[in-house]
Amino acid sequence: MPLETLAPELLKAFWDTLYMVGISLLAAVIAGLPLGVLLFVTDRGLFWENKPLQTILGFLINIVRSIPFIILLVALLPLTKLLVGTTIGPTAAAVSLSVAATPFFARIVETALREVDKGVIEAATAVGATPWMIIKDVLLSDALPGIIHGLTITAISLIGYSAMAGIVGGGGVGDLAIRFGYYRYDNTVMITTIIILLCLVQVVQFVGDSIARWIDKR
Amino acid sequence: MIDIEQLTKIYNVHRKEVVGVDHVSLSIQSGEIFGIIGHSGAGKSTLLRCINLLERPTSGRIIVDDTDITALSGAALREARLKIGMIFQQFCLIRSKTVFENIAFALRAAGKTKTEIETRVHELLEMVGLLDKRDAYPSQLSGGQKQRVGIARALANNPTVLLCDEATSALDPATTSSILQLLKQINRELGITIVVITHEMEVIKEICDRVAVMQNGRIVEIGRVYDLFTQPQQPLTRSFVEHVLRLDVPERLLQARTGTLVRILFQGPAAEQAILSDTLQTFRVRGNILHGKIEYINDTPLGVLLLELSGDEQEVERAIRYMAERTKGVEVIDRAA
Ligand SMILES: Nc1ncnc2c1ncn2[C@@H]1O[C@H](COP(=O)(O)OP(=O)(O)OP(=O)(O)O)[C@@H](O)[C@H]1O
Ligand SMILES: [Mg+2]
Repeated sequence: MPLETLAPELLKAFWDTLYMVGISLLAAVIAGLPLGVLLFVTDRGLFWENKPLQTILGFLINIVRSIPFIILLVALLPLTKLLVGTTIGPTAAAVSLSVAATPFFARIVETALREVDKGVIEAATAVGATPWMIIKDVLLSDALPGIIHGLTITAISLIGYSAMAGIVGGGGVGDLAIRFGYYRYDNTVMITTIIILLCLVQVVQFVGDSIARWIDKR
Repeated sequence: MIDIEQLTKIYNVHRKEVVGVDHVSLSIQSGEIFGIIGHSGAGKSTLLRCINLLERPTSGRIIVDDTDITALSGAALREARLKIGMIFQQFCLIRSKTVFENIAFALRAAGKTKTEIETRVHELLEMVGLLDKRDAYPSQLSGGQKQRVGIARALANNPTVLLCDEATSALDPATTSSILQLLKQINRELGITIVVITHEMEVIKEICDRVAVMQNGRIVEIGRVYDLFTQPQQPLTRSFVEHVLRLDVPERLLQARTGTLVRILFQGPAAEQAILSDTLQTFRVRGNILHGKIEYINDTPLGVLLLELSGDEQEVERAIRYMAERTKGVEVIDRAA
Protein backbone atom coordinates (compact mmCIF):
# COMPACT_ATOMS: atom_id res chain seq x y z
CA MET A 1 0.00 0.00 0.00
CA PRO A 2 1.40 3.40 -0.91
CA LEU A 3 2.22 5.74 1.94
CA GLU A 4 -0.33 8.40 0.89
CA THR A 5 -3.23 6.00 1.45
CA LEU A 6 -1.59 4.31 4.44
CA ALA A 7 -1.06 7.49 6.46
CA PRO A 8 -4.74 8.50 6.95
CA GLU A 9 -5.71 4.84 7.56
CA LEU A 10 -3.01 4.59 10.20
CA LEU A 11 -4.01 7.82 11.89
CA LYS A 12 -7.63 6.71 12.15
CA ALA A 13 -6.57 3.30 13.42
CA PHE A 14 -4.31 4.91 16.00
CA TRP A 15 -7.13 7.05 17.39
CA ASP A 16 -9.44 4.05 17.39
CA THR A 17 -6.94 2.11 19.48
CA LEU A 18 -6.55 4.97 21.93
CA TYR A 19 -10.34 5.29 22.13
CA MET A 20 -10.94 1.59 22.82
CA VAL A 21 -8.13 1.31 25.35
CA GLY A 22 -9.15 4.60 26.98
CA ILE A 23 -12.80 3.58 27.41
CA SER A 24 -11.98 0.16 28.80
CA LEU A 25 -9.30 1.55 31.10
CA LEU A 26 -11.88 3.98 32.46
CA ALA A 27 -14.31 1.10 32.96
CA ALA A 28 -11.58 -0.88 34.73
CA VAL A 29 -11.00 1.98 37.16
CA ILE A 30 -14.69 2.70 37.75
CA ALA A 31 -15.69 -0.94 38.27
CA GLY A 32 -12.42 -2.76 38.99
CA LEU A 33 -11.11 -0.43 41.69
CA PRO A 34 -14.12 -0.76 44.04
CA LEU A 35 -14.21 -4.48 43.30
CA GLY A 36 -10.55 -4.84 44.24
CA VAL A 37 -11.09 -2.85 47.43
CA LEU A 38 -14.12 -4.99 48.29
CA LEU A 39 -12.10 -8.18 47.73
CA PHE A 40 -9.49 -6.89 50.14
CA VAL A 41 -11.62 -5.49 52.97
CA THR A 42 -13.88 -8.56 53.11
CA ASP A 43 -10.82 -10.68 53.86
CA ARG A 44 -10.19 -12.27 57.26
CA GLY A 45 -9.39 -9.89 60.07
CA LEU A 46 -10.43 -6.75 58.21
CA PHE A 47 -13.25 -4.42 59.03
CA TRP A 48 -15.80 -5.77 56.53
CA GLU A 49 -14.78 -9.39 56.94
CA ASN A 50 -17.28 -11.44 54.94
CA LYS A 51 -16.03 -14.80 53.77
CA PRO A 52 -19.08 -15.79 51.63
CA LEU A 53 -19.13 -12.48 49.75
CA GLN A 54 -15.39 -12.64 49.18
CA THR A 55 -15.56 -16.20 47.89
CA ILE A 56 -18.40 -15.44 45.48
CA LEU A 57 -16.70 -12.30 44.18
CA GLY A 58 -13.40 -14.08 43.75
CA PHE A 59 -15.11 -16.93 41.91
CA LEU A 60 -16.91 -14.61 39.47
CA ILE A 61 -13.70 -12.75 38.77
CA ASN A 62 -11.85 -15.98 38.14
CA ILE A 63 -14.52 -17.16 35.70
CA VAL A 64 -14.17 -14.07 33.53
CA ARG A 65 -10.41 -14.16 33.78
CA SER A 66 -10.14 -17.80 32.77
CA ILE A 67 -12.09 -17.32 29.53
CA PRO A 68 -9.70 -16.67 26.61
CA PHE A 69 -10.31 -13.13 25.37
CA ILE A 70 -11.12 -14.22 21.84
CA ILE A 71 -13.95 -16.39 23.15
CA LEU A 72 -15.17 -13.69 25.51
CA LEU A 73 -15.27 -11.36 22.54
CA VAL A 74 -17.61 -13.63 20.61
CA ALA A 75 -19.65 -14.61 23.65
CA LEU A 76 -20.31 -10.98 24.48
CA LEU A 77 -21.64 -10.08 21.04
CA PRO A 78 -25.30 -10.18 22.16
CA LEU A 79 -24.52 -7.99 25.17
CA THR A 80 -22.59 -5.60 22.96
CA LYS A 81 -25.50 -5.38 20.57
CA LEU A 82 -27.81 -4.66 23.46
CA LEU A 83 -25.58 -1.98 24.97
CA VAL A 84 -24.31 -0.04 21.96
CA GLY A 85 -26.64 -1.20 19.19
CA THR A 86 -23.93 -2.63 16.97
CA THR A 87 -21.27 -5.35 17.09
CA ILE A 88 -18.66 -3.69 14.89
CA GLY A 89 -16.48 -0.66 15.39
CA PRO A 90 -14.31 0.56 18.26
CA THR A 91 -17.23 1.31 20.59
CA ALA A 92 -18.45 -2.27 20.28
CA ALA A 93 -14.95 -3.60 20.88
CA ALA A 94 -14.65 -1.40 23.98
CA VAL A 95 -17.51 -3.33 25.61
CA SER A 96 -15.73 -6.67 25.65
CA LEU A 97 -12.41 -5.00 26.42
CA SER A 98 -14.03 -3.39 29.48
CA VAL A 99 -15.45 -6.71 30.63
CA ALA A 100 -12.00 -8.30 30.34
CA ALA A 101 -10.15 -5.39 31.94
CA THR A 102 -12.36 -5.01 35.02
CA PRO A 103 -11.61 -8.31 36.81
CA PHE A 104 -7.98 -8.12 35.69
CA PHE A 105 -7.57 -4.72 37.30
CA ALA A 106 -9.60 -5.74 40.36
CA ARG A 107 -7.08 -8.49 41.13
CA ILE A 108 -4.20 -6.09 40.62
CA VAL A 109 -5.77 -3.61 43.05
CA GLU A 110 -6.32 -6.38 45.59
CA THR A 111 -2.65 -7.40 45.32
CA ALA A 112 -1.49 -3.79 45.68
CA LEU A 113 -3.64 -3.38 48.82
CA ARG A 114 -2.10 -6.50 50.36
CA GLU A 115 1.22 -4.68 50.29
CA VAL A 116 -0.11 -2.06 52.70
CA ASP A 117 1.30 -2.56 56.19
CA LYS A 118 -1.32 -4.27 58.38
CA GLY A 119 0.01 -2.31 61.34
CA VAL A 120 -0.93 0.99 59.71
CA ILE A 121 -4.49 -0.23 59.15
CA GLU A 122 -4.61 -1.20 62.82
CA ALA A 123 -3.21 2.13 63.93
CA ALA A 124 -5.93 3.86 61.93
CA THR A 125 -8.57 1.60 63.49
CA ALA A 126 -7.19 2.30 66.96
CA VAL A 127 -7.45 6.03 66.34
CA GLY A 128 -11.19 5.66 65.78
CA ALA A 129 -11.24 6.13 61.99
CA THR A 130 -14.27 5.06 59.97
CA PRO A 131 -13.92 2.30 57.34
CA TRP A 132 -14.31 4.92 54.62
CA MET A 133 -11.43 6.96 56.05
CA ILE A 134 -9.27 3.87 56.23
CA ILE A 135 -10.04 2.95 52.61
CA LYS A 136 -9.42 6.44 51.29
CA ASP A 137 -6.56 7.72 53.44
CA VAL A 138 -4.71 4.55 54.34
CA LEU A 139 -5.38 1.80 51.80
CA LEU A 140 -5.72 3.72 48.56
CA SER A 141 -3.21 6.35 49.61
CA ASP A 142 -0.42 3.96 50.58
CA ALA A 143 -1.15 1.54 47.71
CA LEU A 144 -1.38 4.25 45.05
CA PRO A 145 2.08 3.64 43.50
CA GLY A 146 1.24 -0.07 43.20
CA ILE A 147 -2.18 0.72 41.74
CA ILE A 148 -0.63 3.05 39.13
CA HIS A 149 1.79 0.27 38.21
CA GLY A 150 -1.18 -2.05 37.88
CA LEU A 151 -2.99 0.46 35.69
CA THR A 152 0.04 0.58 33.41
CA ILE A 153 0.06 -3.21 33.10
CA THR A 154 -3.69 -3.18 32.40
CA ALA A 155 -3.29 -0.51 29.71
CA ILE A 156 -0.53 -2.46 27.98
CA SER A 157 -2.52 -5.70 28.09
CA LEU A 158 -5.50 -3.82 26.64
CA ILE A 159 -3.40 -2.57 23.73
CA GLY A 160 -2.63 -6.22 22.96
CA TYR A 161 -6.25 -7.31 23.39
CA SER A 162 -7.47 -4.46 21.19
CA ALA A 163 -5.61 -6.04 18.28
CA MET A 164 -7.71 -9.16 18.73
CA ALA A 165 -10.83 -7.03 18.80
CA GLY A 166 -10.00 -6.30 15.18
CA ILE A 167 -11.16 -9.79 14.34
CA VAL A 168 -14.76 -8.83 15.00
CA GLY A 169 -14.28 -5.60 13.10
CA GLY A 170 -13.23 -3.52 16.05
CA GLY A 171 -10.82 -1.31 14.18
CA GLY A 172 -7.59 0.08 15.55
CA VAL A 173 -3.91 -0.40 14.81
CA GLY A 174 -4.01 -4.12 15.48
CA ASP A 175 -6.94 -4.52 13.13
CA LEU A 176 -4.96 -2.75 10.41
CA ALA A 177 -2.01 -5.03 10.97
CA ILE A 178 -4.16 -8.12 10.61
CA ARG A 179 -6.18 -6.94 7.61
CA PHE A 180 -3.34 -5.58 5.50
CA GLY A 181 -0.15 -6.90 7.01
CA TYR A 182 -1.26 -10.45 7.69
CA TYR A 183 -3.98 -11.34 5.18
CA ARG A 184 -2.44 -9.36 2.30
CA TYR A 185 1.22 -9.97 3.09
CA ASP A 186 1.92 -6.22 3.10
CA ASN A 187 5.20 -5.92 5.00
CA THR A 188 5.19 -2.13 5.04
CA VAL A 189 1.89 -2.05 6.87
CA MET A 190 2.95 -4.89 9.16
CA ILE A 191 6.20 -3.25 10.20
CA THR A 192 4.72 0.24 10.52
CA THR A 193 1.91 -0.96 12.77
CA ILE A 194 4.29 -2.97 14.91
CA ILE A 195 6.47 0.10 15.37
CA ILE A 196 3.45 2.18 16.28
CA LEU A 197 2.24 -0.38 18.84
CA LEU A 198 5.77 -0.66 20.22
CA CYS A 199 6.01 3.12 20.65
CA LEU A 200 2.58 3.22 22.25
CA VAL A 201 3.51 0.52 24.77
CA GLN A 202 6.80 2.26 25.55
CA VAL A 203 5.11 5.60 26.10
CA VAL A 204 2.44 4.07 28.37
CA GLN A 205 5.10 2.24 30.37
CA PHE A 206 7.24 5.34 30.70
CA VAL A 207 4.37 7.59 31.75
CA GLY A 208 3.06 4.96 34.21
CA ASP A 209 6.47 4.42 35.80
CA SER A 210 7.12 8.15 36.08
CA ILE A 211 3.82 8.85 37.80
CA ALA A 212 4.28 5.90 40.17
CA ARG A 213 7.78 7.04 41.08
CA TRP A 214 6.65 10.61 41.55
CA ILE A 215 3.90 9.76 44.05
CA ASP A 216 5.88 7.08 45.88
CA LYS A 217 6.97 8.48 49.27
CA ARG A 218 8.77 5.35 50.47
CA MET B 1 -9.71 3.39 85.46
CA ILE B 2 -9.08 0.19 83.51
CA ASP B 3 -10.69 -2.88 84.99
CA ILE B 4 -10.00 -6.19 83.33
CA GLU B 5 -12.16 -9.04 84.54
CA GLN B 6 -11.45 -12.67 83.73
CA LEU B 7 -10.15 -11.84 80.29
CA THR B 8 -9.51 -14.79 78.01
CA LYS B 9 -8.48 -14.75 74.36
CA ILE B 10 -8.25 -18.00 72.44
CA TYR B 11 -7.08 -18.10 68.82
CA ASN B 12 -8.13 -20.82 66.45
CA VAL B 13 -5.18 -21.71 64.29
CA HIS B 14 -5.82 -24.58 61.87
CA ARG B 15 -8.63 -25.88 64.09
CA LYS B 16 -6.29 -25.92 67.06
CA GLU B 17 -6.76 -23.65 70.04
CA VAL B 18 -3.94 -21.31 70.96
CA VAL B 19 -4.37 -19.50 74.26
CA GLY B 20 -3.25 -15.88 74.01
CA VAL B 21 -4.56 -14.60 77.34
CA ASP B 22 -5.79 -16.89 80.08
CA HIS B 23 -8.27 -15.59 82.69
CA VAL B 24 -6.48 -12.36 83.49
CA SER B 25 -7.97 -9.96 86.01
CA LEU B 26 -6.28 -6.65 86.52
CA SER B 27 -7.04 -3.20 87.82
CA ILE B 28 -5.06 -0.24 86.55
CA GLN B 29 -5.36 2.99 88.55
CA SER B 30 -6.04 6.38 87.07
CA GLY B 31 -2.85 8.35 86.42
CA GLU B 32 -0.36 5.53 86.92
CA ILE B 33 2.19 4.11 84.51
CA PHE B 34 1.53 0.42 84.49
CA GLY B 35 4.01 -2.02 82.99
CA ILE B 36 3.47 -5.51 81.65
CA ILE B 37 6.60 -7.58 81.17
CA GLY B 38 7.07 -11.08 79.82
CA HIS B 39 8.99 -13.09 77.28
CA SER B 40 7.94 -13.40 73.65
CA GLY B 41 4.59 -15.14 73.26
CA ALA B 42 3.55 -14.49 76.87
CA GLY B 43 0.39 -12.74 75.67
CA LYS B 44 1.32 -9.13 76.41
CA SER B 45 0.27 -7.72 73.04
CA THR B 46 -2.92 -9.74 73.02
CA LEU B 47 -3.86 -8.38 76.44
CA LEU B 48 -3.07 -4.80 75.43
CA ARG B 49 -4.90 -5.06 72.12
CA CYS B 50 -8.02 -6.26 73.91
CA ILE B 51 -8.15 -2.97 75.82
CA ASN B 52 -9.08 -1.04 72.65
CA LEU B 53 -10.74 -4.06 71.11
CA LEU B 54 -8.29 -4.42 68.24
CA GLU B 55 -8.65 -7.98 69.43
CA ARG B 56 -12.05 -9.19 70.60
CA PRO B 57 -11.77 -11.20 73.81
CA THR B 58 -13.17 -14.73 73.79
CA SER B 59 -14.61 -14.05 77.24
CA GLY B 60 -14.30 -11.56 80.06
CA ARG B 61 -14.94 -7.85 80.40
CA ILE B 62 -12.87 -4.70 80.08
CA ILE B 63 -14.05 -1.50 81.64
CA VAL B 64 -12.36 1.74 80.70
CA ASP B 65 -13.57 4.95 82.35
CA ASP B 66 -16.78 3.25 83.53
CA THR B 67 -17.60 2.06 80.00
CA ASP B 68 -17.75 -1.63 79.24
CA ILE B 69 -15.62 -1.63 76.08
CA THR B 70 -16.42 -5.24 75.28
CA ALA B 71 -20.10 -4.36 74.84
CA LEU B 72 -19.39 -1.78 72.15
CA SER B 73 -19.29 -1.96 68.38
CA GLY B 74 -19.59 0.30 65.34
CA ALA B 75 -19.81 4.04 65.94
CA ALA B 76 -19.90 3.68 69.73
CA LEU B 77 -16.66 1.71 69.65
CA ARG B 78 -15.01 4.29 67.37
CA GLU B 79 -16.13 6.99 69.79
CA ALA B 80 -14.56 5.11 72.73
CA ARG B 81 -11.33 4.57 70.80
CA LEU B 82 -10.86 8.33 70.45
CA LYS B 83 -10.18 8.34 74.18
CA ILE B 84 -7.70 5.43 74.09
CA GLY B 85 -4.44 6.31 72.34
CA MET B 86 -2.03 3.65 71.15
CA ILE B 87 1.57 3.60 69.94
CA PHE B 88 3.39 0.75 68.24
CA GLN B 89 6.84 -0.78 68.00
CA GLN B 90 6.90 -0.22 64.23
CA PHE B 91 5.38 3.29 64.57
CA CYS B 92 2.73 2.47 61.90
CA LEU B 93 2.47 5.84 60.21
CA ILE B 94 0.77 6.31 56.84
CA ARG B 95 3.82 6.53 54.64
CA SER B 96 2.17 8.44 51.81
CA LYS B 97 1.17 11.23 54.18
CA THR B 98 3.18 13.95 55.85
CA VAL B 99 3.67 14.32 59.59
CA PHE B 100 0.92 16.92 59.62
CA GLU B 101 -1.50 14.73 57.67
CA ASN B 102 -0.78 11.70 59.86
CA ILE B 103 -1.72 13.60 63.01
CA ALA B 104 -4.61 15.37 61.28
CA PHE B 105 -5.99 11.93 60.35
CA ALA B 106 -6.72 11.21 64.01
CA LEU B 107 -8.43 14.57 64.43
CA ARG B 108 -10.54 14.07 61.32
CA ALA B 109 -11.65 10.76 62.81
CA ALA B 110 -13.05 12.83 65.67
CA GLY B 111 -14.82 15.14 63.22
CA LYS B 112 -12.75 18.23 63.97
CA THR B 113 -12.88 21.26 61.67
CA LYS B 114 -9.97 22.46 59.55
CA THR B 115 -9.03 25.32 61.88
CA GLU B 116 -9.32 23.14 64.98
CA ILE B 117 -7.01 20.63 63.29
CA GLU B 118 -4.45 23.30 62.39
CA THR B 119 -4.19 24.56 65.97
CA ARG B 120 -4.21 21.16 67.60
CA VAL B 121 -1.52 19.69 65.30
CA HIS B 122 0.65 22.70 66.02
CA GLU B 123 0.25 22.17 69.79
CA LEU B 124 1.04 18.48 69.48
CA LEU B 125 4.11 19.02 67.30
CA GLU B 126 5.36 21.53 69.82
CA MET B 127 4.85 19.06 72.64
CA VAL B 128 6.79 16.26 70.94
CA GLY B 129 9.43 18.67 69.62
CA LEU B 130 8.86 18.20 65.88
CA LEU B 131 7.63 21.59 64.68
CA ASP B 132 10.28 21.67 61.95
CA LYS B 133 9.20 18.26 60.57
CA ARG B 134 5.60 19.27 59.93
CA ASP B 135 5.74 18.61 56.18
CA ALA B 136 8.21 15.72 56.17
CA TYR B 137 7.20 12.22 55.08
CA PRO B 138 7.76 9.31 57.51
CA SER B 139 10.58 7.96 55.33
CA GLN B 140 12.50 11.17 55.99
CA LEU B 141 12.39 10.72 59.78
CA SER B 142 14.54 8.78 62.24
CA GLY B 143 13.00 6.03 64.37
CA GLY B 144 12.75 8.30 67.38
CA GLN B 145 11.10 11.04 65.36
CA LYS B 146 8.60 8.57 63.89
CA GLN B 147 7.67 7.44 67.38
CA ARG B 148 7.17 11.06 68.40
CA VAL B 149 4.73 11.45 65.51
CA GLY B 150 3.06 8.24 66.70
CA ILE B 151 2.74 9.73 70.18
CA ALA B 152 1.34 13.00 68.81
CA ARG B 153 -1.24 11.07 66.78
CA ALA B 154 -2.18 8.97 69.81
CA LEU B 155 -2.67 12.05 71.99
CA ALA B 156 -4.50 14.09 69.34
CA ASN B 157 -7.99 13.64 70.80
CA ASN B 158 -6.97 14.08 74.46
CA PRO B 159 -7.25 10.43 75.45
CA THR B 160 -7.41 9.33 79.07
CA VAL B 161 -5.36 6.21 78.37
CA LEU B 162 -2.24 5.61 76.30
CA LEU B 163 -1.36 2.04 75.31
CA CYS B 164 2.27 1.39 74.33
CA ASP B 165 3.14 -1.88 72.60
CA GLU B 166 6.94 -2.26 72.74
CA ALA B 167 7.14 1.42 71.87
CA THR B 168 10.91 1.61 72.30
CA SER B 169 12.00 -1.86 71.19
CA ALA B 170 13.03 -0.68 67.72
CA LEU B 171 15.08 2.24 69.05
CA ASP B 172 18.68 2.65 70.23
CA PRO B 173 19.34 3.21 73.98
CA ALA B 174 19.68 7.00 73.81
CA THR B 175 16.50 7.39 71.74
CA THR B 176 14.71 4.89 73.98
CA SER B 177 15.58 7.02 76.96
CA SER B 178 14.30 10.22 75.35
CA ILE B 179 11.01 8.58 74.34
CA LEU B 180 10.59 7.20 77.88
CA GLN B 181 11.19 10.66 79.33
CA LEU B 182 8.55 12.05 76.97
CA LEU B 183 6.05 9.39 78.11
CA LYS B 184 6.81 10.23 81.73
CA GLN B 185 6.30 13.93 81.04
CA ILE B 186 2.97 13.20 79.31
CA ASN B 187 1.88 11.15 82.31
CA ARG B 188 2.81 13.86 84.78
CA GLU B 189 1.62 16.92 82.90
CA LEU B 190 -1.52 15.56 81.27
CA GLY B 191 -2.39 12.96 83.88
CA ILE B 192 -2.84 10.29 81.21
CA THR B 193 -2.85 6.70 82.41
CA ILE B 194 -0.17 4.78 80.51
CA VAL B 195 0.05 1.03 79.95
CA VAL B 196 3.48 -0.07 78.78
CA ILE B 197 4.34 -3.46 77.36
CA THR B 198 7.94 -4.57 77.15
CA HIS B 199 10.33 -7.45 77.49
CA GLU B 200 13.00 -5.17 78.94
CA MET B 201 13.14 -4.62 82.69
CA GLU B 202 15.10 -1.39 82.05
CA VAL B 203 11.95 0.16 80.57
CA ILE B 204 9.91 -0.89 83.60
CA LYS B 205 12.57 0.43 85.95
CA GLU B 206 12.75 3.72 84.12
CA ILE B 207 9.10 4.80 84.10
CA CYS B 208 6.63 2.36 85.67
CA ASP B 209 4.88 2.66 89.00
CA ARG B 210 3.52 -0.88 89.02
CA VAL B 211 4.26 -3.92 86.94
CA ALA B 212 2.66 -7.26 86.09
CA VAL B 213 4.78 -10.20 85.02
CA MET B 214 3.16 -12.37 82.37
CA GLN B 215 3.87 -15.97 81.44
CA ASN B 216 1.82 -18.31 79.25
CA GLY B 217 -1.11 -15.89 79.07
CA ARG B 218 -1.33 -15.45 82.82
CA ILE B 219 -0.16 -12.83 85.27
CA VAL B 220 2.24 -14.60 87.61
CA GLU B 221 3.24 -11.64 89.76
CA ILE B 222 2.11 -8.07 90.19
CA GLY B 223 3.21 -5.23 92.43
CA ARG B 224 5.06 -1.97 92.84
CA VAL B 225 8.21 -1.93 90.72
CA TYR B 226 10.48 -1.31 93.70
CA ASP B 227 8.99 -4.23 95.60
CA LEU B 228 9.44 -6.56 92.68
CA PHE B 229 13.06 -5.50 92.39
CA THR B 230 13.79 -6.07 96.05
CA GLN B 231 11.55 -9.03 96.77
CA PRO B 232 10.79 -10.95 93.59
CA GLN B 233 8.64 -13.99 94.38
CA GLN B 234 8.55 -15.91 91.12
CA PRO B 235 11.60 -17.36 89.33
CA LEU B 236 10.63 -15.47 86.17
CA THR B 237 10.47 -12.16 88.02
CA ARG B 238 13.81 -12.94 89.64
CA SER B 239 15.40 -13.58 86.26
CA PHE B 240 14.13 -10.25 84.92
CA VAL B 241 15.41 -8.44 88.01
CA GLU B 242 18.75 -10.26 87.93
CA HIS B 243 19.20 -9.05 84.43
CA VAL B 244 19.25 -5.45 85.64
CA LEU B 245 21.11 -5.98 88.92
CA ARG B 246 23.65 -8.48 87.63
CA LEU B 247 27.27 -7.72 88.44
CA ASP B 248 29.83 -9.35 86.20
CA VAL B 249 33.31 -9.64 87.65
CA PRO B 250 36.23 -10.79 85.50
CA GLU B 251 37.23 -14.41 86.11
CA ARG B 252 40.80 -13.33 86.86
CA LEU B 253 39.68 -11.32 89.90
CA LEU B 254 37.51 -14.12 91.23
CA GLN B 255 40.39 -16.58 91.02
CA ALA B 256 42.83 -14.27 92.79
CA ARG B 257 40.29 -13.88 95.62
CA THR B 258 41.15 -15.24 99.08
CA GLY B 259 38.38 -13.82 101.32
CA THR B 260 34.62 -14.43 101.53
CA LEU B 261 32.56 -13.09 98.65
CA VAL B 262 29.25 -11.45 99.58
CA ARG B 263 26.60 -9.66 97.59
CA ILE B 264 24.80 -6.91 99.43
CA LEU B 265 21.52 -5.36 98.37
CA PHE B 266 20.93 -1.92 99.81
CA GLN B 267 17.34 -0.84 99.63
CA GLY B 268 15.27 2.04 100.82
CA PRO B 269 16.83 3.89 103.74
CA ALA B 270 19.74 1.43 103.96
CA ALA B 271 20.96 2.62 100.60
CA GLU B 272 21.40 6.09 101.99
CA GLN B 273 23.31 5.10 105.15
CA ALA B 274 27.02 4.53 105.62
CA ILE B 275 26.61 0.85 106.46
CA LEU B 276 29.78 -0.27 104.75
CA SER B 277 32.10 2.11 106.58
CA ASP B 278 30.30 1.34 109.89
CA THR B 279 31.00 -2.35 109.33
CA LEU B 280 34.61 -1.91 108.48
CA GLN B 281 35.17 0.30 111.52
CA THR B 282 33.30 -1.95 113.95
CA PHE B 283 34.85 -5.28 112.99
CA ARG B 284 38.43 -6.26 112.40
CA VAL B 285 37.88 -7.17 108.78
CA ARG B 286 39.15 -5.80 105.52
CA GLY B 287 36.73 -5.11 102.70
CA ASN B 288 37.53 -5.04 99.04
CA ILE B 289 34.84 -3.79 96.67
CA LEU B 290 34.86 -5.83 93.47
CA HIS B 291 31.83 -4.35 91.82
CA GLY B 292 28.80 -2.23 92.63
CA LYS B 293 26.06 -0.04 91.30
CA ILE B 294 23.07 1.97 92.38
CA GLU B 295 19.82 1.95 90.44
CA TYR B 296 17.17 4.56 91.03
CA ILE B 297 13.66 3.17 90.83
CA ASN B 298 10.95 5.80 91.13
CA ASP B 299 13.64 8.01 92.67
CA THR B 300 14.35 5.46 95.41
CA PRO B 301 17.89 4.13 95.36
CA LEU B 302 18.62 0.41 95.17
CA GLY B 303 22.27 -0.52 95.51
CA VAL B 304 24.11 -3.77 94.86
CA LEU B 305 27.66 -4.34 96.00
CA LEU B 306 30.00 -7.24 95.49
CA LEU B 307 32.35 -7.30 98.44
CA GLU B 308 35.28 -9.46 99.39
CA LEU B 309 35.75 -9.71 103.18
CA SER B 310 38.96 -11.03 104.63
CA GLY B 311 40.33 -11.41 108.14
CA ASP B 312 39.58 -13.65 111.10
CA GLU B 313 36.89 -16.20 110.21
CA GLN B 314 34.63 -15.39 113.20
CA GLU B 315 35.06 -11.68 112.74
CA VAL B 316 33.96 -12.01 109.09
CA GLU B 317 30.90 -14.00 110.23
CA ARG B 318 29.94 -11.29 112.70
CA ALA B 319 30.44 -8.58 110.11
CA ILE B 320 28.16 -10.43 107.70
CA ARG B 321 25.50 -10.86 110.37
CA TYR B 322 25.72 -7.16 111.22
CA MET B 323 25.27 -6.11 107.61
CA ALA B 324 22.45 -8.61 107.13
CA GLU B 325 20.59 -7.02 110.03
CA ARG B 326 20.93 -3.54 108.68
CA THR B 327 20.26 -4.27 105.00
CA LYS B 328 18.18 -7.47 104.98
CA GLY B 329 19.84 -8.41 101.73
CA VAL B 330 23.20 -10.10 102.21
CA GLU B 331 23.98 -13.16 100.18
CA VAL B 332 27.20 -15.13 100.73
CA ILE B 333 28.30 -16.15 97.28
CA ASP B 334 31.48 -17.99 98.20
CA ARG B 335 33.27 -18.71 101.51
CA ALA B 336 36.92 -17.96 102.07
CA ALA B 337 39.18 -20.50 100.44
N1 LIG C 1 -3.49 -13.35 65.38
C1 LIG C 1 -3.09 -14.46 66.03
N2 LIG C 1 -3.46 -15.69 65.59
C2 LIG C 1 -3.08 -16.78 66.24
N3 LIG C 1 -2.33 -16.80 67.35
C3 LIG C 1 -1.94 -15.63 67.85
C4 LIG C 1 -2.29 -14.40 67.21
N4 LIG C 1 -1.75 -13.39 67.93
C5 LIG C 1 -1.09 -13.96 68.95
N5 LIG C 1 -1.20 -15.31 68.92
C6 LIG C 1 -0.64 -16.25 69.90
O1 LIG C 1 -0.97 -15.82 71.20
C7 LIG C 1 0.14 -15.95 72.07
C8 LIG C 1 0.47 -14.61 72.68
O2 LIG C 1 0.93 -13.74 71.66
P1 LIG C 1 1.30 -12.22 71.92
O3 LIG C 1 1.58 -11.61 70.61
O4 LIG C 1 0.26 -11.61 72.76
O5 LIG C 1 2.64 -12.35 72.74
P2 LIG C 1 3.62 -11.20 73.24
O6 LIG C 1 3.79 -11.40 74.69
O7 LIG C 1 3.16 -9.89 72.79
O8 LIG C 1 4.97 -11.58 72.51
P3 LIG C 1 6.07 -10.63 71.84
O9 LIG C 1 6.95 -10.17 72.94
O10 LIG C 1 6.78 -11.57 70.92
O11 LIG C 1 5.37 -9.55 71.11
C9 LIG C 1 1.25 -16.55 71.24
O12 LIG C 1 1.27 -17.95 71.49
C10 LIG C 1 0.86 -16.28 69.84
O13 LIG C 1 1.32 -17.29 68.99
MG1 LIG D 1 3.92 -8.38 71.37
